[in-house]
Amino acid sequence: MAHSLHAPPRPRSLTGRLARGLALVPLAAMLAGCNLVVMQPSGDVAVQQRNLILASTGLMLLIIVPVIALTLVFAWRYRESNKEAVYDPDWHHSTQLEVVIWTAPLIIIIALGALTWISTHVLDPFRPLQRIEAGRPVPEGVKPLTVQVVALDWKWLFFYPEYGVATVNEMAAPVDRPIEFKITASSVMNAFYVPALAGMIYAMPGMETKLHAVINKPGDYNGLSSHYSGSGFSRMTFRFLGLQGGEFDQWVAKTKAEGKDLSREAYLDLEKPSEQVPVTYYKSVADGLYGLIVNMCAVPGKMCMNEMMRIDAAGGAGPESHENREKLQYDNRHVREGHEPPGATTPASHRPPRGQVQPEGMKPDGKNPAVRGSDPQPDRGDGPAAPQDPVAPAQRSN
Amino acid sequence: MFSDSLQKFLFGRFTLESIPFHEPILQVTFAGVALGGITVLAAITYFRFWGPLWRDWMTSVDHKKIGIMYVVLALVMLLRGFADALLMRSQQAVAFGANEGFLPPHHYDQIFTAHGVIMIFFMAMPFVTGLMNYVVPLQIGARDVAFPFLNNFSFWMTASGAVIVMISLFVGEFARTGWLAYPPLSGADMSPGVGVDYYIWALQIAGIGTLLSGVNLIVTIVKMRAPGMSMMKLPIFVWTSLCTNVLIVAAFPVLTAVLALLSLDRYVGTHFFTNDLGGNPMMYFNLIWIWGHPEVYILILPAFGIFSEVTSTFCGKRLFGYASMVYATVVITILSYLVWLHHFFTMGSGADVNSFFGITTMIISIPTGAKIFNWLFTMYRGRIRFDVPMLWTVGFMVTFVIGGMTGVLLAVPPADFVLHNSLFLIAHFHNVIIGGVLFGMLAGVNYWFPKAFGFRLDPFWGKMSFWFWLVGFYVAFMPLYVLGLMGVTRRAQHFDDPSLQIWFVVAACGAGLILLGILSFIVQLFVSIRNREALRDETGDPWHGRTLEWSTSSPPPDYNFAFTPVIHDLDAWSDMKKRGYSRPVSGFRSIHMPRNTGTGVILGGLSVVFGFAMIWYIWWLAALSFVAMLAVTILHTFNYDRDYHIPADTVVRSEDRRTALLAGQV
Repeated sequence: MAHSLHAPPRPRSLTGRLARGLALVPLAAMLAGCNLVVMQPSGDVAVQQRNLILASTGLMLLIIVPVIALTLVFAWRYRESNKEAVYDPDWHHSTQLEVVIWTAPLIIIIALGALTWISTHVLDPFRPLQRIEAGRPVPEGVKPLTVQVVALDWKWLFFYPEYGVATVNEMAAPVDRPIEFKITASSVMNAFYVPALAGMIYAMPGMETKLHAVINKPGDYNGLSSHYSGSGFSRMTFRFLGLQGGEFDQWVAKTKAEGKDLSREAYLDLEKPSEQVPVTYYKSVADGLYGLIVNMCAVPGKMCMNEMMRIDAAGGAGPESHENREKLQYDNRHVREGHEPPGATTPASHRPPRGQVQPEGMKPDGKNPAVRGSDPQPDRGDGPAAPQDPVAPAQRSN
Repeated sequence: MFSDSLQKFLFGRFTLESIPFHEPILQVTFAGVALGGITVLAAITYFRFWGPLWRDWMTSVDHKKIGIMYVVLALVMLLRGFADALLMRSQQAVAFGANEGFLPPHHYDQIFTAHGVIMIFFMAMPFVTGLMNYVVPLQIGARDVAFPFLNNFSFWMTASGAVIVMISLFVGEFARTGWLAYPPLSGADMSPGVGVDYYIWALQIAGIGTLLSGVNLIVTIVKMRAPGMSMMKLPIFVWTSLCTNVLIVAAFPVLTAVLALLSLDRYVGTHFFTNDLGGNPMMYFNLIWIWGHPEVYILILPAFGIFSEVTSTFCGKRLFGYASMVYATVVITILSYLVWLHHFFTMGSGADVNSFFGITTMIISIPTGAKIFNWLFTMYRGRIRFDVPMLWTVGFMVTFVIGGMTGVLLAVPPADFVLHNSLFLIAHFHNVIIGGVLFGMLAGVNYWFPKAFGFRLDPFWGKMSFWFWLVGFYVAFMPLYVLGLMGVTRRAQHFDDPSLQIWFVVAACGAGLILLGILSFIVQLFVSIRNREALRDETGDPWHGRTLEWSTSSPPPDYNFAFTPVIHDLDAWSDMKKRGYSRPVSGFRSIHMPRNTGTGVILGGLSVVFGFAMIWYIWWLAALSFVAMLAVTILHTFNYDRDYHIPADTVVRSEDRRTALLAGQV
């Protein structure tokens, strides 16, 4: 009986193996030709994440491969036409087997759970780095480079508080120096992601998330938004440069030499929806601008969230707080200024539904004269986007 | 000035400009839909089918008819959702570098939103509900569901939701937010316009149907089982349906609530999820996924049930480990509420929270793994007939474990940090939803079709459909796993890196193969209808089935069972056959049945009007249709003509016919 349990006819398994081998050749060639950045990252955090993927996959394959193999073997072996196979219509219970089929996955999951608990704590993006590479702890006295990141519609703004400079759609970091990212967004959610460096984390308006990472190999890497944020999302990419110490200083010097001033007004202009914005450097930054952005009060006259929270923590301002209401309306600035919001559909967008006319702020395009760039939208009736009517429909009832 | 405000009053924000006359893709689609619609209407008129359509189908409270209508709705919406998928795959296959593709972002973004919404809410959900509706009462030996009118009403609410989504294709626009409409992007400030409102009202109206149908089926299963059918003698599909409906009843109110909060934000200016005035979008993420994760199991559990029935039937063997299958289902039901946060590990919860939700997610793989082993050992020492339903099942077992593995991988938070929102994630959930839910539904259609219509589906085209789907799935989605590992994110309308293109081209070819699979399925339906006499099954039990639905005729009479069966064992019909059960041929009595009513259709129609009026701010119409709905509902309570008796001699006649048929078989 035992010999009938395995070994499908030999020639078949040979051809099967051959076919599989042949199929793997073009696949391997295709894989070799592309850059599996998640599998070949250049920063220590991403390397550990990669290792974790490989370890977990290996653990799971211990059970997945036998299951797939058994499925195919049983399907073949117990086919109706095979009268030699045992047929036992009443066999439906076996305590030993039941124990095995519950404990085998359980053991794998216990192992994987332990791995998860440890790795989640070690690789918590909020936790400062302990090492810059396997076997290389962070040297004494090395302070992480702080980079404040703002996801705008649809570009990335980076502040370097240590150097007083800022950049758009390009950032750089010295190799082997820990980086502490502080991340926020101006209007809608995005996710900050440099696949070669470390995992992603959401960039959210009015909130700050953190990410600790380090780049170990010099290079020019891609960064992107990996959380959908409206029309310009696909082109919301940036360059991440891993530079050797001296080169990084030169890069900072270049931003200072070529840069403009990022005043609050310049920021408000930059914040307007736009797409494929060229790399821009700023040699100076208005005082506390990042803090204003996190607290959503870069627009003059708005009340900062931390101020409101302080008032609330002190018990609230009572009936007088009604006066603060207007100052706490952050979102509708786009509508007020005549800029099309990132998710606007007809009729508020004043574009024909699904037409070729591109939305506000998109990449200028020769065949689309209707592109409005960042100019205020012309007044076209009494829609909510018209400058004369500063109150969006949703706010009318207030 | 006067005419302007009058127009605003009459039509809200609707103007003729909202209709996309000038859009070639839409024109062609509209022409196609109009042509198809006219053909169907003409055919109905030509065959004088209007009367029967109204009397026997639209107003029917028969769970079998309603189940079939759900499945038809699901198949129609599958075509729409798949058309969206083809558009996306073609766009991503060409939009590289200087090539913008043929879909600008504001069109592309609607397509991926619509694809997700339609496939989950209007394809998978009606499919699952339809099969449960058809099969559950038959499997428990009942004559209908507990609340037959409610069942009809639920169906029409679901259909109304689907109609609203379809209207958005030709009047105005759909949401450009992604299928879960995360704020602040979906808020009034970031998404003014009708898109998100279409989304909200379609889901709210369909959600009422889903919830009520959940209540209905729970009561049916708990209260209407045939005598002797204790809980541990329930067919496994009924068990998975019970768990699914418990999940529906517990989860859908959360969806309703969170969408209601979003509508309040959008319509009356509250600030639950806005950036302003202390609103908190993160709350929306939590709430929607507290619905959203159980939703995944709402879809997959009935599919698991179908695979269990199919495996044991086509292996000619009792299901291995029935009890552990039941416990596994219940454990999955409970655990599905403890994992929602794994959809947003990247939002920055602490390591403790993330690892808690990561580990609970992994724990779900234990009962799921046990289920896979149970199917495996059901096949062991079986005598497997590879009819089309069994092919789908084997295809599922091989495909689903791969999706399960990548799912557990995504449950490891640090791994999720690099894979979240990437095409790896897309490949994963299509791997489990196509490889699990859709394969299950198609297995179910092939399995129960002879029960519903009295003839089998053509096996050749069924096998074509299976192989095209299976191969097409792998060709379409394996490249997405690779692209995910290349750091490519989802929902992108355009790519800069030309080296990615080859993978998208391969994926588009896969979508083409799936298209052939869908076409084969349609051909299968046509061929089967044409050859129905050759494929006819007069026994009512074409597969040597094991559960009660196979004990009655195909299609079953209106009353399902002339006498309520008495159950002694699991796999009741198999047990009855073994004991030499002989069908009663005399002593029939009149049977008490619910009467058809048009109220469900009317309420469904009114809710479409109401939804449309709310979407376009046509307040008078919204008020009017709402009042009309209330009035119809109240009037319906005064309708005392709700039941009738099928006279004994009608029962005798139809049972005698079956007796004669069965005698002819021997």
